[in-house]
Amino acid sequence: MSTAPAQVEKPVDENALEPDRPWVVIVWNDPINLMSYVTWVFQKLFGYSLEKATSLMLDVHHKGRAVVSNGTREKAELDVFRLHEYRLWATMEQDV
Amino acid sequence: MARRRVERARNGSFRLHLPVEERAVLRSVVGQLRELVVDDADADLRRLYPTAYANDPAADAEFRAFVHDDLVARRLEAIDTVTATIDEEHLDEDQLGAWMGVVNDLRLVLGTRLDISEELDLNAVADDDPEVATFALYSYLSWLLEQMVEAINPR
Repeated sequence: MSTAPAQVEKPVDENALEPDRPWVVIVWNDPINLMSYVTWVFQKLFGYSLEKATSLMLDVHHKGRAVVSNGTREKAELDVFRLHEYRLWATMEQDV
Repeated sequence: MARRRVERARNGSFRLHLPVEERAVLRSVVGQLRELVVDDADADLRRLYPTAYANDPAADAEFRAFVHDDLVARRLEAIDTVTATIDEEHLDEDQLGAWMGVVNDLRLVLGTRLDISEELDLNAVADDDPEVATFALYSYLSWLLEQMVEAINPR
């Protein structure tokens, strides 16, 4: 797994121009967290069904990342915090 | 396979079938983890506090400053729950959640130290590898966590 979040150059004022674009929360593949544990965290934190949580987990595993939630910046920060609390490798960025 | 270590009991609690030797190992490594988390300096802790803004170092630093103390406090709280229940035969769901978190924190710290990768075959670690004992501990903790997930989240 071990796909590190890519560093992408963005214009500094990009966010200021479009403050209403939603934020997305991304979970990245990592070689340590167990697949079953990741699925359980998605169910517990977001109330997702086993099917949806498993499908997201498999996206993380096979594609290296998956968008697990979206919304305002405040909501995304809260979701990232909760995912970090459960030790998942989560980042947030403004949707393109 | 050895006897299951964690099972859901009829009353909704969780039964821990841990031999005394395994409890002793866990007591020791959880104590070491507590020291690392309190010191908050070891590079192997980095996986416990991931990056939030991958593309924006300034926003990431701000977020980190905002949440770091909370994350440390919650980790210590979970460690204290595990230490207080290390000899218990039964755990409630919150206590099992604390155990899962601490076992995973240990896996993240050890896995970072061992530079665990997707390709690594834990069964292929040589007997004379200087880290063979650490690999064995990592494998044991992974096995234990898998059982905890199965018990708390039955399919």
